[in-house]
Amino acid sequence: MIEGILIGLTTALTIQNILMVMVGCFFGTIIGMLPGLGPMTAIALMIPITYGFEPATGLILMAGVYYGAVFGGSTSSILLNAPGVPGTVATSFDGYPMAQQGKAGKALAIAAWSSFAGGTLSAIYLLFMAPSLSKVSLSFRSPDYFALMILGLTAIAAFSSKGQFLKAMMMVVLGLMLASVGQDSLSDITRYTFNNMNLTDGISFVLVVMATFAMSEALTIILKRNDPTSAAKQVSLTELGSIKINKEERTKMYKTIPRSSVIGFLIGVLPGAGATIASFLAYGMERNVVNDQEKEKFGKGSVNGLSAPETANNAACSGSFVPMLTLGIPGSGTTAVMLGALLGFGVQPGPRLYMTNPEIFWSIIMSMYIGMVILLILNLPLIPYIARILAVPKNYLIPLILFFSVTGIYVMSFNNFDIYLMIGIAVVATYLRLYDFPMPPLILAFVLGGLMEENLRRSLLLSNGSWEFLWDRTLTACILATTILIVVWHIYKTFKKKN
Amino acid sequence: MKNLKKIVSVLFSAILLFSATTTSSVAHEKLHFVIGGGAGGGWDGTARGTGEALTKAGLLKSASFENMSGGGGGKALAYMINTKPANTILVQSTPLVLRSITRHEGYVKGTGTLSYKDVVPIAGVIGDYGAIAVAKNSPYKNFKDVVEAYKKDPSSVKMAGGSVRGSMDHLIGALAFQAAGADPNAVQYIPYDAGGKALAGLLSGETQIISTGLGELMGARDQVTIIGITAPSRVSDAPDAPTLKEQGYDVQFVNWRGFFGPPGMSDSERSALAKILGDVQKTPEWEAVRARNAWVNIYNPEGKFVEFLEKQTEEMTALMKKLGVI
Repeated sequence: MIEGILIGLTTALTIQNILMVMVGCFFGTIIGMLPGLGPMTAIALMIPITYGFEPATGLILMAGVYYGAVFGGSTSSILLNAPGVPGTVATSFDGYPMAQQGKAGKALAIAAWSSFAGGTLSAIYLLFMAPSLSKVSLSFRSPDYFALMILGLTAIAAFSSKGQFLKAMMMVVLGLMLASVGQDSLSDITRYTFNNMNLTDGISFVLVVMATFAMSEALTIILKRNDPTSAAKQVSLTELGSIKINKEERTKMYKTIPRSSVIGFLIGVLPGAGATIASFLAYGMERNVVNDQEKEKFGKGSVNGLSAPETANNAACSGSFVPMLTLGIPGSGTTAVMLGALLGFGVQPGPRLYMTNPEIFWSIIMSMYIGMVILLILNLPLIPYIARILAVPKNYLIPLILFFSVTGIYVMSFNNFDIYLMIGIAVVATYLRLYDFPMPPLILAFVLGGLMEENLRRSLLLSNGSWEFLWDRTLTACILATTILIVVWHIYKTFKKKN
Repeated sequence: MKNLKKIVSVLFSAILLFSATTTSSVAHEKLHFVIGGGAGGGWDGTARGTGEALTKAGLLKSASFENMSGGGGGKALAYMINTKPANTILVQSTPLVLRSITRHEGYVKGTGTLSYKDVVPIAGVIGDYGAIAVAKNSPYKNFKDVVEAYKKDPSSVKMAGGSVRGSMDHLIGALAFQAAGADPNAVQYIPYDAGGKALAGLLSGETQIISTGLGELMGARDQVTIIGITAPSRVSDAPDAPTLKEQGYDVQFVNWRGFFGPPGMSDSERSALAKILGDVQKTPEWEAVRARNAWVNIYNPEGKFVEFLEKQTEEMTALMKKLGVI
């Protein structure tokens, strides 16, 4: 392994490769900040450029874009409630409220440090455990994924406190309904498309996020413009607040980051999950382990609630390299594009990669450390300037948000129907917001619901229609038991409080 | 003397004809590629790669690309039919044939079932063969072992694929089982939403075989044993993968990718485009693009392309009826 580290360092530390990490991180950050344009599109368009390079150099550049985008995506989540990439949706749950309390600088700093720690820790896990981790990638079967999605849904509890339970559940149902639009993933039957072919591919996750977060947020601000409290808020927002993280917050992060990085990394290693699921699960899990006082703050600007998903999404990003490099299995669209590029270089992924091309494997891991440091240097000093966005008067900022939402969704599909659909959903979401319906449960249900249905039906197919798969495997049973324990614990707590 | 004159005139006209065709191909100023899917997908790669090779080889002055997602490529198809754009071609592949069989309504107002006949087939350019594979540690060593196990107990062989029932992945496996004398409808097909996830399913042990495109398996060649491909003979990119044909199962299937013009495209324009798409395959610029994507050159111009599409439609219709998906 020490030999490997040395090989990796000699490759990663050449001037050209350091330059590539910098270029990749820089572009990734920008792509991440802009809503709509994701790392997958950026990497796909970048491939023709990389073909003159050494394989390691090309991959280092692409990896830089990937984790740079996940790093940068948190900025727009926190400042504008407009997640730049799907993996940073959960960041906005607590990051945006925190920014609205006049602590934008602090929120950005917490996100940056958490991302840095998540990325660095997971690169360490990669270094020590990559060969054995490929077994973890393959240990999950459809029933286990189903159980994992159920466990993820318990995160909804974070948004259902204080008489909000019914509203949260209604949003869950709405999210599940939206997820079922389009071609059914198992049997080629279209559902709820009203014979409109624009709907046969289903509604994209990014579209739902932009409509229910960015656009409806902007519309709500317009509707509430004469509200005296919001005018007062505007004044307070022009002051950025300190970007220093105080001791109490640091103690919280010291606890959150290690556990979230492990969850995020493990979920990232699974080919059927990914950074988005990882961030949601880490968010939900974090809420289950913190004390009651902190639990109350979740969804309202909790430090733990911001740090957990930010750590997890970056950790998952590194984790997703495991199945791609050691097995040749792409777990997401982004890694599929990178795998294609790798094959284009004439490099065969798999367990033999350590032997045939050790410099590729080790230099990618080494470049991750360099990349994380670069991202931190790139992001921290910029925070005061980036956070100034909030000081932009609302009558300039709102049109800008609307403009970026519309163009962002258009460049994703080049289909104007998506723009109409987004506006439609945003209008409905705005009404729901005015009546205090929480949006995060809808997003959670939308993401987890589709995967949950698919894995449930596949499990049933595999077990010939029998429900035994729920307890047949130890792993499935353990995950489900944990879920039940969490739910029972919550119910018990609620009753205890009432009496 | 009269004969000599005839020869001269034939030669002369041949030269004229030759020069005429070469000028017409050089005269290709611009070409707009319509892509029915997003950046990074298979169609996108085919169109951009072809456009890049054509321009770099000097057969085309400028290429532009337009991604038009929606309806699994239906939006782009409808655009070609409705607006009949000039200097524009559409990239398509086998799903065009499959969709014309299953459901094609709603693409264009007032028409019923649409097919490749509603656009102008110019040429098929590349293809990917179907492949059946097992995990490296599987007890099955060839397709015969799988068929025998299946005949003993049909529920013992579960087949993973990267798309829905009735999709290409499903049909590849069903074709193979059909050729082995088994009821293709009784084969348990387990759908996943992407090739990579189907592969993970196979390796996790929840399915026994995978049926998908050969290209999907190239990345995981160390993890799987390919036990049969649907090519007429072995392919150079995977020389150790046996064909189903050599094992005695007469199965041939190719997932083609090709280009189509708008309805009403003139015959001369169609021939000229088919020619440059064929000529480009002989250039080093194309070879560079082909190699990095691991494409298989299968050039199939105009009339031959239409014939191929007709045959594929016929075969697939029969199979899909057996599978009960139509």
